[in-house]
Formats: sequence, structure tokens, C-alpha cells
Amino acid sequence: MVNWTAEEKQAISTIWAKVDIEKTGAGALSRLLVVYPWTQRYFSNFGNMSSPTAIEGNPRVRAHGKKVLTSFGEAVKNLDNVKATFDKLSHLHSDKLHVDPQNFRLLGDNLIIVLAATLGKDFTPEAQAAWQKLVGVVAAALSRHYH
Amino acid sequence: MQRERILGKTGTFLSFPATKTYFPHFDFSSRSRQVRAHGKKVADALTLAVNHLDDLPAALSSLSDLHAQRLKVDPINFKFLSHCLLVTLARHHPGNLNPEVHASLDKFLSYVSSVLTSKYR
Repeated sequence: MVNWTAEEKQAISTIWAKVDIEKTGAGALSRLLVVYPWTQRYFSNFGNMSSPTAIEGNPRVRAHGKKVLTSFGEAVKNLDNVKATFDKLSHLHSDKLHVDPQNFRLLGDNLIIVLAATLGKDFTPEAQAAWQKLVGVVAAALSRHYH
Repeated sequence: MQRERILGKTGTFLSFPATKTYFPHFDFSSRSRQVRAHGKKVADALTLAVNHLDDLPAALSSLSDLHAQRLKVDPINFKFLSHCLLVTLARHHPGNLNPEVHASLDKFLSYVSSVLTSKYR
């Protein structure tokens, strides 16, 4: 069980309330694919990813980004039970998708940068600290069933 | 650009508390003079690096020596600082950290980090 302080829970939900899931999800995933091009290995069937513009406009990237962030929202809604929340997804990423867990950490940190860029000063250092903890917890939950 | 102030505000110590172990004598309260002074040192070194992109190992040679022989900071910490620097830049310049700029900065900070740890063994 993760120990969340009241302030951490508050910071997480305050920030989450300001998030446009479709826009931020698409932005975070496309940014990941641009900044860390090797992550494209998992999306070889997504079509044109030949340039940052192509990636950012790619409808499959955008849709998938929204899907991923929606799923992330389940962690925000279940802070006291993140492990169980991602049980099935952990098996999926390990057994079917074969995704290196390092990518969970990369995406988590990337999401934080997008939140900072979107929210500016509202994304305080305290908010960042709470979100760093959250993305770490999510990454650990998704990595849990790897073997 | 207020480099020193941006680095002072870089919440590395807050987000990654283990980084404080390298500064056991520091006051970590917000606005700490020690934190800001150290932030300025790091900012000055990064400025030097920016001005020597084509010969970074030479420009950072004495800093590499310092980190290898005296400071011995675990390499993971350069990643934490680089990340927090990007977050802080994003926060202060919300519109300006587009993916391509982000990629270039990340590449630069990665390279600086690897130069600073290049003499570790």
C-alpha cells in the first residue's frame, strides 16, 4: 500500500481536474515518440511517423494517447489501490505487448513535462513531487507481473 | 534568461529526495541560499557547455575530473536533475518547449551527463 499524504492526494486531484485527457494524452504520447524515437518500435503499424509533424498529426497516435491517459486516470481515481487497478494491464504489457518497463518510466516523466508545459506556474514543485510519486507507482504496478 | 533562479527553483531535491544525500550540510528550506548558490554553479557550467557544443569533453574536462575523483555522484542523479530542469523550463516557458526543442535539450543534457561521468572508471 502506498502512503499518500493529504497534500499529495490534493495536489494530484487538483492537477488532474485541469487536464484535457484527449489533448494531453495525444501530446504526451506523440512527444514520447519524437523525443525518444526508439519507442516507435511498439507502433510499427500506426502508419506515418516519419517526422515530428507526422507523428503529432497521426490519428492513431492521438487515439492511443487518449486511451493511455484515460487508463492512467484510473490510478488517480484509485490511489489507494493502484496495484490491483493495473493487474490485467500489467499481464497484458508483459505477456502480449512485450513492452520494456523502462518505457513506463519514460512516459511518466514525459507526462510530467507536458503537465508543466500546459499548466505553467500551477504545476508547482510540490505538485511535481506528488506526480513523480504517482508515475513511479503506476510504472511499478504495470511492471509487477513481468517474469 | 534568469538561469540561476530557474536552477534554484528546479525541484530536484523535492521530487527526488535521495539527491539530498550529496549535500548533508545544506539547508533545504525554500529560498535556501545554499541551494540557490549551488544552482548558479550548475547553471554557469551548463552555459559553458552550451558555448562549447563541439568540444564538450575538453570544455568539461576539469568538471569530469572533479566528479570522478571527489564528488562521485551516482550517474542516475544527472538524469533526475536533467528531468527537473526540463520540467522547470516547461513551467516557466509553457509555449516554448515543443517536442523538437525538448528532444534537443534532452539530447544535450544527456551528453553533458555522460561527459561528466566519463572518467568514473
